[in-house]
Amino acid sequence: MSKGQLPRWVDFGLLPAINLIAAFLVSGLVVILIGENPLEAVKWLVWGALGYGEGVGFTLFYATNFIFTGLAVAVAFHAGLFNIGGEGQAYVGGLGVALACLAMDQFVPWYVTLPMAIIGGAAFGAGWAFIPAYLQAKRGSHIVITTIMFNFIASSLMVYLLANVLRPTGSMQPSTRGFEEGGQLPLLRHLFPAFDLGQSPVNLALFVALIACVLVWVLIWRTKLGYEIRTFGANPNAAVYAGISPVRITVVTMLISGALAGLMGINEVMGAQARLLLDFTAGYGFVGIAVALMGRGHPIGIILASILFGMLYQGGAELAFEIPTITRDMIVVIQALVILFAGALEHMFRPAVVAFFDRFAGAKAVA
Amino acid sequence: MKKTTAICATLLAGLMSTAALAETIKPAVVYDFGGRNDRSFNEAAFNGAQEFKERTGINYRDFEIQNPSQREQALRNFARRGMDPIITIGFAQAAALEKVAKEFPDTRFAIVDSVVDLPNVRSIVFREEQGSYLVGMLAAMASETDTISFVGGMDIPLIRKFSCGYKQGAKAVNPDIEIIENMTGTTGAAWTDPVKGGELARSQFARDSDVVFHAAGATGMGVLQAAADEGKLGIGVDSNQNHLHPGQILTSMVKAVDVAVDATLTDAQEGNWSTGVQVMGLAENGVSWALDDNNADLINDEMKAAVEAAKQDIVSGKVEVHDFMVDNTCPF
Repeated sequence: MSKGQLPRWVDFGLLPAINLIAAFLVSGLVVILIGENPLEAVKWLVWGALGYGEGVGFTLFYATNFIFTGLAVAVAFHAGLFNIGGEGQAYVGGLGVALACLAMDQFVPWYVTLPMAIIGGAAFGAGWAFIPAYLQAKRGSHIVITTIMFNFIASSLMVYLLANVLRPTGSMQPSTRGFEEGGQLPLLRHLFPAFDLGQSPVNLALFVALIACVLVWVLIWRTKLGYEIRTFGANPNAAVYAGISPVRITVVTMLISGALAGLMGINEVMGAQARLLLDFTAGYGFVGIAVALMGRGHPIGIILASILFGMLYQGGAELAFEIPTITRDMIVVIQALVILFAGALEHMFRPAVVAFFDRFAGAKAVA
Repeated sequence: MKKTTAICATLLAGLMSTAALAETIKPAVVYDFGGRNDRSFNEAAFNGAQEFKERTGINYRDFEIQNPSQREQALRNFARRGMDPIITIGFAQAAALEKVAKEFPDTRFAIVDSVVDLPNVRSIVFREEQGSYLVGMLAAMASETDTISFVGGMDIPLIRKFSCGYKQGAKAVNPDIEIIENMTGTTGAAWTDPVKGGELARSQFARDSDVVFHAAGATGMGVLQAAADEGKLGIGVDSNQNHLHPGQILTSMVKAVDVAVDATLTDAQEGNWSTGVQVMGLAENGVSWALDDNNADLINDEMKAAVEAAKQDIVSGKVEVHDFMVDNTCPF
């Protein structure tokens, strides 16, 4: 271990933990400020997320969304591309999932629909990422700008489709019809009645997400393409000299990233809601950025960060439910603080920790 | 002395009986995405519950949902804790309510803006097109440029319902009137963007509109502000917004969500609970146009007479206001 570097357990365990504790301390101050007991708040938050079966189920359900969007951001990040368009890609991906379900649900069982829904979600999500990718690769239009703008185009498209094309006549709700059995993923509470998951919507998509984690790990660290992606991300100029085509890597990486984001629809559309709803993405695509940063772009880290954010979402809802003065906007403040400390202020404690470990290592070397 | 004691005893008995009744219901309200402070639809529901609380002293619990999965979760959480009745606000809650109401057949539920056909659910729907028709008439009569406009939040069926009634009413007064229509956006932010609302209104004024009706939640604050700034007329929505800019808001299309929520809670408390569909139109005073001191100078006798006559005609069925939801089209 050279000077200025940290052991892996510190980089991936201790630092995020310090960031998290700092975030919770500041959140505690905010809770005190509005006149509530922060310990009480923490109690409800943790109990709500992990204290009973249904809470655990909801935590895992939200975590499934975050794994998909977190992986999407992480893959692009390895190639040095900042994909802010996870929200739009997930939204359009949901359309792909919904179309597969609408076409097949009356005729075949869910396990026949699922592969088609996965293909649909991935293809639509990837398709939505393709144009920004192409513009970046060929024209140099910055991907941050184009992917953000594509989020708005996605929501315009979806409002149009849901309000005009896919909505059953006479229904006020801008959504598709509900899917029949053949378009619904089995809920884990039905598959594993031994575990008490209450009425939570956690479903088979959790396993799809975990498989996606393994595949992403294999892709990034065990394949030639993954090596090229990482090389391009580390130094695009060197990558070109090594014979790696920047156009190809940019486009292919973004397609994979968009496909992963699009798969979020499997969990929300096919799993939980059994219909395509307006705004079903509810910001999960943006949280994916924080999840990827916190998870250091590694699937294991992303799973852990996803569970953390799942806890914040579910525990936060429970907290708002139990303590009415803590509104959902307060919950957003707490989530924002976690994102701020874990993502944006990632380097705040690092110099101090590095200095500490350098001295420690130095002392050992002398001894 | 004896008399005073008797009165005191009666009063006391009265108080005690209210106290006894007060313990009989534990109401809960679930708002949709907008949240209880959206200055519009959800807030109207909050006001209704608040009014009930102040009058009866019965506390209620509420919850603002943040993502679609929380709709079912919140309903179930309340039902499990024995809250009853549980009122859900907004058409988007229908699917969740249908599921949860079946799981808790002994709990009383109500939904505003949608119909859920179950034996323990009261569905309250409003005839927004009827109220919009009346304010459309007023807009057409007040316009000097023969051009009026509409700012909606998002292009969803509910808002088309407003706009279609508005157009029909305006054209009933003046068949050649020009009506400009704009929607604010395509995300949830469309309901909370007063700056953009103001910009849209100003661009409509630049195209000669001099009366603007908004159905855009908090975005409408910007619409009404722009109208007041430029000396044009605004029309408020959902609650009576005439007081926001006295003399510069022509009228408001009042949708009595607060009254409906209050009435639902009162019915539950007094044992008058009923289920089924409650249609709140002009006849039921569910929708209306607002006339008070703030806009009295803007509405002359002729306008007032015309609108009241139209109201009678709609109530009696002589005039049929087209409901966008029936065939998903607006012929105007």
